[in-house]
Amino acid sequence: MIRIRTDAACHLTTSMSLKRTPLFAAHQRLGGKLIEFGGWEMPVQYSSIVDEHLCVRRASGIFDISHMGEVFVTGPAAEGFLNETLTNDVRKLAVGQGQYSQMCREDGGTVDDLYVYRIAPMEFLLIINASRIEVDVPWLQERICGSSHRSGVFFEDASSRLGAVAIQGPRVVQFIADVFQGPSQAGTAVGSVLDLKKNEIGLWKSLSGTSGPMGPIWVARTGYTGEDGFEVVAPGDMIETIWNQCLDLGHVGCLQPCGLGARDTLRTEVCYPLYGHELDEATSPIEAGLGIFVVFDKGGFVGRSVLLDQKTNGPRKRLAAFRMTDKSPPPRPGYAVISGDQPVGTVVSGTQSPSLNQGIGLAYVPPTLAQPGTVIGVEIRGRRFAAEVVKKPIYRKP
Amino acid sequence: MSSQVPSDLRYAKSHEWVRVANGIATVGITDHAQHELTDVVFVELPAVGRVVKASEACAVVESVKTASDIYAPVSGEILAVNKAVSDNPALVNTAPFADGWFVQVKLSNPGELDQLLTPEAYRAQIGA
Repeated sequence: MIRIRTDAACHLTTSMSLKRTPLFAAHQRLGGKLIEFGGWEMPVQYSSIVDEHLCVRRASGIFDISHMGEVFVTGPAAEGFLNETLTNDVRKLAVGQGQYSQMCREDGGTVDDLYVYRIAPMEFLLIINASRIEVDVPWLQERICGSSHRSGVFFEDASSRLGAVAIQGPRVVQFIADVFQGPSQAGTAVGSVLDLKKNEIGLWKSLSGTSGPMGPIWVARTGYTGEDGFEVVAPGDMIETIWNQCLDLGHVGCLQPCGLGARDTLRTEVCYPLYGHELDEATSPIEAGLGIFVVFDKGGFVGRSVLLDQKTNGPRKRLAAFRMTDKSPPPRPGYAVISGDQPVGTVVSGTQSPSLNQGIGLAYVPPTLAQPGTVIGVEIRGRRFAAEVVKKPIYRKP
Repeated sequence: MSSQVPSDLRYAKSHEWVRVANGIATVGITDHAQHELTDVVFVELPAVGRVVKASEACAVVESVKTASDIYAPVSGEILAVNKAVSDNPALVNTAPFADGWFVQVKLSNPGELDQLLTPEAYRAQIGA
């Protein structure tokens, strides 16, 4: 029976050249089931996706996100360059603050979605998708070379020397200050890591249980689960120490290691986009419902005229969140959305929601069908199952 | 994690089990298979009366992550399907060899049973 029908098939084929994170041996020791993701060999689950998902919603979980890319853009012209290259307005960032943004083509298609932090007055850290590092790095470098700012911008792709973990869930606050002790050394000035507010980042240079200075360890109050939590970026050779310290000290918060399977169901419930699903080079942030991250009054930026036209006149497709209304198989990426008797759109993310115990998903549909309350159908193996467009996020904390 | 492989059953390479009594084969998926899938959330069963051939896809089992076909290990008419497992798919995880069965098939070619794996051979296949 283990012939996989969905797009997840690629996950079970191991090719020879998969990259491994600094936590690969730790995943093996913890019994993680390893799959291919974006060219990396990553754990999809340790116990089960549902178990890990619910642990993050109710307690806490730790994820290896070392596959993600890290890029530093620095120098006196870094701010001006980024504002011409990204959709959001980095001028709004004080030192130690971060924001979500897209990076678009002239035609409005999305090159990547990313987080950008101002870690010093003239220094920015960009966290980019693992599967897009090889596209983003030359894209950014070429734009720097073609820019009037080029003599004032310095660029480093630090993806291969840095690793990262995410620690997420309502009980993370019970132990995180035991792992990252004392005040921050740079970024947002706080006396305790617990004083970081959402989207703030600080620097720590030591770690509990280790002797002497380490670092730099960047800790941000951000995440991809819809829960409170932190994301940590540090040199690759420190990642396993950080991971182990979290697991040692995290028992008070019932901390569990969690794989990419739970990461995907958690982000789908709160409708966070995943590049390659909700976003790609043929899809704009306006179509994806991410218009609040596209700032038109900041001056020129790549893609501005197409995006402004879409915002003003309406895009030709819109991302809608939906819930299955009857007993049904889980919706999956690639399934057709039906209205009347016609296929009108495509599911781009879909799963059985562990929190709601119901099929949920995100689909591109004509704008007229994207209103909450609209009844649509999802075609699964030749049969049509009823679904309802709902407000985002699909899941809200009770 | 060591998976159970009951010694009174026969097995397909594709991880289905077969229990035969009075010319009727009860079919399910193995403990090893449910461990691999984890979190079974949906089971789609064939119509009663459908005639299936050995190795033909006859049901679908879905976990949170994936949908997988179930293949008929033997040929014959579907005599019964397990409504309990379509109402409560978690039975596949909790009782794969008992309440988590999928279908009953009236054997049209009992000789096919000899093509199936013995418990020893299936244990060797999954490294149990």
